[in-house]
Amino acid sequence: MTRWGMVIDLDRCTACGTCEVACKSENNIATVSPEQADMDRTMSWMKVEVEVEGEFPATTMRFYPRPCMQCDNPPCIRVCPVKATYINDEGIVGQIYARCIGCRYCANACPYTVKYFNWYGPEWPESERQHLNPDVSVRPRGVIEKCTFCHHRLQKAREDARAEGRDLREEDYQPACAETCPTGAIVFGDLDNPTHRVAELKEDPRAMRLLEDLGTEPKVYYLASRQ
Amino acid sequence: MKREVAEKLEGMSADERILLRPLVETSRGFYVMAGLLGAVTLWGLFAYYLQVRYGLGRTGLNRPEYWGIYIISFVFFIGISHAGTLISAILRVSNAEWRRSITRSAELITVLVIGFGAIQPIIDLGRPDRLFNVLFNAQLRSPLLWDVISIGLYFTASSIYLYVPLIPDLARIRDSGIKAPRLYKFLAAGYQDTPEQRARLHKVIGILSIAVIPIAISVHTVIGWIFAMTLRPMWHSTIFGPYFVIGAIHSGIAAILVAMVVLRRAYHLEDYFKPVHFDYLGRMLLVFSLLWFYFTFAEYLTVFYGAEPAEMRTFWAKVSGRYAVPFWTMVAGCFLIPFALMARRSTRSPPGVLVAGIAVMIGMWLERYNIVVPTSVNPIWEIESPGQYLPSWIELSIMAATFSGFILLYMVATKFVPIISIWEIEEGREESAEVAERVAGYLPEPYRKLLDFRAIGDE
Repeated sequence: MTRWGMVIDLDRCTACGTCEVACKSENNIATVSPEQADMDRTMSWMKVEVEVEGEFPATTMRFYPRPCMQCDNPPCIRVCPVKATYINDEGIVGQIYARCIGCRYCANACPYTVKYFNWYGPEWPESERQHLNPDVSVRPRGVIEKCTFCHHRLQKAREDARAEGRDLREEDYQPACAETCPTGAIVFGDLDNPTHRVAELKEDPRAMRLLEDLGTEPKVYYLASRQ
Repeated sequence: MKREVAEKLEGMSADERILLRPLVETSRGFYVMAGLLGAVTLWGLFAYYLQVRYGLGRTGLNRPEYWGIYIISFVFFIGISHAGTLISAILRVSNAEWRRSITRSAELITVLVIGFGAIQPIIDLGRPDRLFNVLFNAQLRSPLLWDVISIGLYFTASSIYLYVPLIPDLARIRDSGIKAPRLYKFLAAGYQDTPEQRARLHKVIGILSIAVIPIAISVHTVIGWIFAMTLRPMWHSTIFGPYFVIGAIHSGIAAILVAMVVLRRAYHLEDYFKPVHFDYLGRMLLVFSLLWFYFTFAEYLTVFYGAEPAEMRTFWAKVSGRYAVPFWTMVAGCFLIPFALMARRSTRSPPGVLVAGIAVMIGMWLERYNIVVPTSVNPIWEIESPGQYLPSWIELSIMAATFSGFILLYMVATKFVPIISIWEIEEGREESAEVAERVAGYLPEPYRKLLDFRAIGDE
């Protein structure tokens, strides 16, 4: 059984923000104005959260790139009144933009606050409009959107593999964040496939998941920093 | 007032003269007040138009403060709606004779306010145009859908529960011909007050007043569950169902008391809303302020003692942090003020209950604010920084319009139905001998003999 998942090595993360940018441009995520950003309405399916420890000057910073955790037991899908958010056979939690009524219950139920709401209709600077991704649907005003592990890439990779009459390889399907991470901190693959790197990495003694005690069974693992 | 109507009114019994007068006579103050409330309501409609036109971005909501004023108002107004149906049903079932002059005004609050509560989550929707997806794609696992069902049921049941005891009064207005004969002919549904019809009426009221109690309790329980079913700090609590029911009844009693004080003054109902009514309802308010305190204390002590980090961040934000002012105002409004005033007989008077009632309503609104906002802005994952929330003028206008719209509708309703049930008052007078006998029946035999003796003496 395929279970797509991710392992993020916190020792390798330099907080360069490439994953955020790659995600934004891959998934046609709307750009909000500075005023809207000040109101905490920025949309960023992948976001690098910063933890600061200690008092200046003896401070340590840790960076947590945070996509949707793609829980195996997602609290968001239970509360949706219209079945607009669901988990598919391969463990990816999706959102049906055309059905969502915008009640934001799922966003409140999510312990990781990774569901984003379109307070206004989507907007992009003119320069960005030129390269919107035709494979990803644009979300209208008033619905929830979220990280999909770049699900459209999986569909494309499957079609390619089928056309070439071969099985899907690990490198065929990589989300934009994993593909672009310059330090290789983000590793992606099938957690149940022993030939994939993530299957091994998730067994690493440093492997942990966010808010594991809630029982949400996230499929995003972190390798804790050694220091 | 037309001359013939005035003459008709003169020929009626004292009860009818006083209680039907508001239907045919309207003061200038009423029009001024209605005009003001209407203006506020229209302003709120304009604000909602802007929100629909430009999107929910016009509110102060954000991530992670996904819910705000609308959801607070939703819980608040549905809470107020417990006033009528539940309290009047409990009083009817328990045969409390003093209920007779207060049930109608209470039931009317329920039916009118529940609509204003139920539209709040719709105002809150990002896509109100897709509202009916709730029916077409219903997912029964969602507590929001439990709410749709229980509020729908409650609205239906409490509307019937308002209407059925209205029928004899509607028939009376029809027969007197003082107002809109066709309308009342239709509304009275052919009621002629035959003994058979009267018996059937009592039977239906009896069944309804039992049936609405579990429905009313389910409504606010489910609203509490909307929060409790998530894993958020200080929402995920098993006592939220009953806690919300207690709070709802608390604000409901406060709403009845405020309405009674206002009606008493506006329509000169001093003979109907007597000190005994304020005294008894004031005692109920006292009991519920204590219950509210008990539940709140139990909830906060449990959180504090367990001391989970995520829970504690929300806890301290409320108790001594950014939300300390709304928190302690809530404690004063829901508990300290009503307790101080209602514990003394001398302040269980109209001015006393007015102050206590308004304090409880403000306190209960703040209670919902303190549930919705501090939890929302404090994400569970401690690395994420806390959020912020400042309601926009659009949200505040819509909230003001909800209050004014409800009060306006209530005022207009008092022009169409007698705000005190005339037939039940008359029936109470007729039955007072039976009631005395019933009360005597609670006691051991010698007292009955005494009563018989007195009855013989009277003859």
